[in-house]
Amino acid sequence: MESLIGGLVAAPLLGAAVLLTGGRRLDRSGHWLGTALAGLSFVFAAVLFFDMLGKDAEERTLTSHLFSWVPVEGFQADVAFQLDQLSMTFVLLVTSVGSLIHLYSVGYMAHDERRRRFFGYLNLFMGAMLLLVLADNYLLLYVGWEGVGLASFLLIGFWQHKPSAATAAKKAFIVNRVGDVGLAIAIFLMFTTFGSFAFSAVLDEQVAAGAGQATLTGIGLMLLLAACGKSAQVPLQSWLGDAMEGPTPVSALIHAATMVTAGVYLVVRSADIFNLTPDAQLVVTIVGAASLLFGAFVACAKDDIKKSLAGSTMSQIGYMMLAAGLGPIGYVFAIMHLVTHGFFKAGLFLGAGSVMHAMNDEVDMRRYGALRRHMPVTFVTFGLAYLAIIGFPGLSGFFSKDEIIYAAFAKGGTQGWILGGVTLLGAALTAYYMTRMMLLTFFGEKRWQPDAAGREPHPHEAPRVMTIPMIVLAVGSVGAGAYFSLGERFAHWLEPVTGLGHEEAPLSHGMVSLAATAVMLIGVAGAWAQYGRRPVPLVAPAGRWVTRAARRDLLQDDFNHAVLVRPGNYLTRGLVYVDHKLVDGVVNGTAAAFGGLSGRLRRVQNGFARSYAVSMFGGAAVLVAATLLMRAV
Amino acid sequence: MSPENYLYLSALLFTIGACGVLIRRNAIVVFMCIELMLNAANLALVAFSRMHGNLDGQIAAFFVMVVAAAEVVVGLAIIVMLYRSRHSASVDDASLMKL
Amino acid sequence: MSTLAAMSALAAETSTSTGEAAQFWILAPLAVAGGLGTVLMRRAVHSALCLAGTMVLLALFYLANGAYFLGVVQIVVYTGAVMMLFLFVLMLVGVSQVDSLKETLKGQRLLAALCGLGLGILLIAGLGQASVATFTGLAAANEGGNVQALATLLFTDYVVAFEVTGVLLTVAAMGATLLTHRERIERHKTQREQAEERVRKEWVTPLPAPGVYARHNAVDIPALLPDGTPSEVSVSPTLRNRGQVREVHEQALADLAALEQRTADYQGRPRSLPARAGLGERTGDDGRPPAGGPAGIAEREDGR
Repeated sequence: MESLIGGLVAAPLLGAAVLLTGGRRLDRSGHWLGTALAGLSFVFAAVLFFDMLGKDAEERTLTSHLFSWVPVEGFQADVAFQLDQLSMTFVLLVTSVGSLIHLYSVGYMAHDERRRRFFGYLNLFMGAMLLLVLADNYLLLYVGWEGVGLASFLLIGFWQHKPSAATAAKKAFIVNRVGDVGLAIAIFLMFTTFGSFAFSAVLDEQVAAGAGQATLTGIGLMLLLAACGKSAQVPLQSWLGDAMEGPTPVSALIHAATMVTAGVYLVVRSADIFNLTPDAQLVVTIVGAASLLFGAFVACAKDDIKKSLAGSTMSQIGYMMLAAGLGPIGYVFAIMHLVTHGFFKAGLFLGAGSVMHAMNDEVDMRRYGALRRHMPVTFVTFGLAYLAIIGFPGLSGFFSKDEIIYAAFAKGGTQGWILGGVTLLGAALTAYYMTRMMLLTFFGEKRWQPDAAGREPHPHEAPRVMTIPMIVLAVGSVGAGAYFSLGERFAHWLEPVTGLGHEEAPLSHGMVSLAATAVMLIGVAGAWAQYGRRPVPLVAPAGRWVTRAARRDLLQDDFNHAVLVRPGNYLTRGLVYVDHKLVDGVVNGTAAAFGGLSGRLRRVQNGFARSYAVSMFGGAAVLVAATLLMRAV
Repeated sequence: MSPENYLYLSALLFTIGACGVLIRRNAIVVFMCIELMLNAANLALVAFSRMHGNLDGQIAAFFVMVVAAAEVVVGLAIIVMLYRSRHSASVDDASLMKL
Repeated sequence: MSTLAAMSALAAETSTSTGEAAQFWILAPLAVAGGLGTVLMRRAVHSALCLAGTMVLLALFYLANGAYFLGVVQIVVYTGAVMMLFLFVLMLVGVSQVDSLKETLKGQRLLAALCGLGLGILLIAGLGQASVATFTGLAAANEGGNVQALATLLFTDYVVAFEVTGVLLTVAAMGATLLTHRERIERHKTQREQAEERVRKEWVTPLPAPGVYARHNAVDIPALLPDGTPSEVSVSPTLRNRGQVREVHEQALADLAALEQRTADYQGRPRSLPARAGLGERTGDDGRPPAGGPAGIAEREDGR
């Protein structure tokens, strides 16, 4: 069984290698090869899953040691995998959603001449992501972490002929780099503190407790920084919206369902460290709450369907972060929300892709409208995912989100009320912006516009290869939550890894559900009042300053520009000035001094024997003088 | 008269020869000035020989003469070569290592 | 031998005789003048003569100092052989060349003067400082004859140096031969090839001889072609290189024309006949420029 873990990672990596080096002869079959290898990976995952189910809860962890990477005295880096329930959850999510999106991409990218490369990158991403979640030490996790970053960069910039895509790719890469530095520092700290970075060595309550509180908080905050970068949380959130420049399947797989949740995985995986530092945990919850509201506001204001969904993703990951920051009571629900979110958000993105596909790649929702009759399958699957995300009772989001809201209230005291209030507000906003998206896209009047080339859109249902993944994901969106929640199945599944906390909240479960449903209905009603009853203008009204700020991503880029870029520019300019004037001055001055000196010395070496003779006689005179002086003395 | 006067004469001739080497451009004249300096040195050696009452100084002068003869042979050959390649006997014209 | 003994006796004394003093004070200024002449004469050959004179004077000083062998060797080897070698090379390079005494190197003369003055003053000061009140003289050393004593020393104490100097002389001779030897890098041409080459060249006939209508040393005056223009190729390339070719003076050309005219008048030909026809008639019709043999000599003798 253990060897299957290696195969799990190897299959997509092999696909990437073959597709990226295979050349043009794979142009016609490459996408099926990539999809097949992704599917193979899923089959491995399923086999491992059922094997795991057959064991006792405490004996389910599998380890597989491949080889020693850096076998040095005092520094042991292994390429070794650890498959426990948490990893298994991620493996299943990544391989299943990944395979579905591979399948969807076969249709979506059908007309792209670089499709083979696209599938190579997708496979590369899957391999790296699986490496990330299966690694049994932080160093190997870092390899996977960088791998998904690379794949994300390549895929965001896949249409690199568009300057916007190239810029977005660079932006994502650079912002991620900030987070990666955090992870690197965290690993350094671990190594200096514990002498190892293997999970088995670091993630042990007794060992971790041996370290100082400040060190643990430092490690926790650095891990959080890494998570913020990868998961687009405040303050490293600015790249996610631009990342929507990539092809929609990429947005669905990487920037909604899997990669951006790696931050949550990192925090939950490092639970044993966070459990010991309440300060770091508090920062995690604050970051989560801030991102939750930030993303929701942005999602409310955006007219670009994908950017609105990106804001939504950020907001939902904020929920997960918040839950992860709450400690053992929240870990399980963070992961559960992560999984359900993976389903419905991927479904939403695939639906959005389908709509864009039908509308000549138009992304402005104000130019959609009345698509429900033209695209029934998309409408139904999108609608189910919509109900799931707003937390409609009985669907996935309802179960996972309500638990997070409950856990937030269970934090207790003022903090509990504030966090609970934030989560409820987030739920209302979620309902508002998702309903708005629904209404603008599928209901109301036709507001279709010809595209830049003058072609009128002729909406049509997507090919089956695209609808099947959407249907599967819709099923997941509908059923996953209920399946996980019945008898606290998911909680018991994850408990050996993350532990399970039970704390009493000031509100009962029922009251929380009621409140959540109520605010959800308020949000839906608000959106209906604004977009359902009245005709939607084709051009967005100017709006108040809040709307305008939200449209500009709450001024995140302006902030970054003012706080980071401009001082950076000034600093570099200053350094360049110093370099030119001071360093170059010293260097060039020295060179000029020596040059001038040699120029003058050169004149002595003029080739005229008589000049040399003069110096010879001068020297002889000096020698005679010296001799006389010596005698005189 | 003190035989030191020979030494003064020797120094004077030597200095004159040295100045000639520095001033003249014709390689042959330069060479002659060098010969003058050698002769001046020989005079000093002979005078020293007399002062000290042994013949070692004369022997040294003798060797100077022999070596000067050898030097003249080679030096003049070089001057002939120079003249052949540059059509000039000026030492200033031979200021570059290549032609 | 008796003279030598007398001079030995002279040298044995601890202070010099009046005769030697007189000799010194007469000859030393002459030697200095010779040295200055060597340096300052504009013609290299004059320098050489001055140097030869100085060397002879130095030989006399050697003799006065009891170095009889060296004195003779100085005259025979230096003045006789080495200076002749110098003159020989001078002749080879250009005996009549006058050197410009204008200094071309900036500051060279000043530096030379400084160096010379400095060195001279220092040397003389050093000598003055090291003044020796008494001196031994060579009477004892030259007891069995100067040459014998020198030979004894040379073949005992200095034998190694002597042998090495011998080697040096041999090497120097070989080196000089090697330096002046020109390596033949192409095949020796056969007579036939030389003839063919000559036919292909501009001049099939022998080059015109110089010195036509010369007034003195005719070798440096170009020949006149039948049309009256001077022929540069008639002068030796060596002279051309040295810049020693003399122009044919316009007066000579005018004289030539007048001579032709007189000849024409005498023979009753019309005046307008060009000079060329007359020349052609006199030297034959082979087109060669007139050879300057007897006429040249005559002119030169006239010129003297």
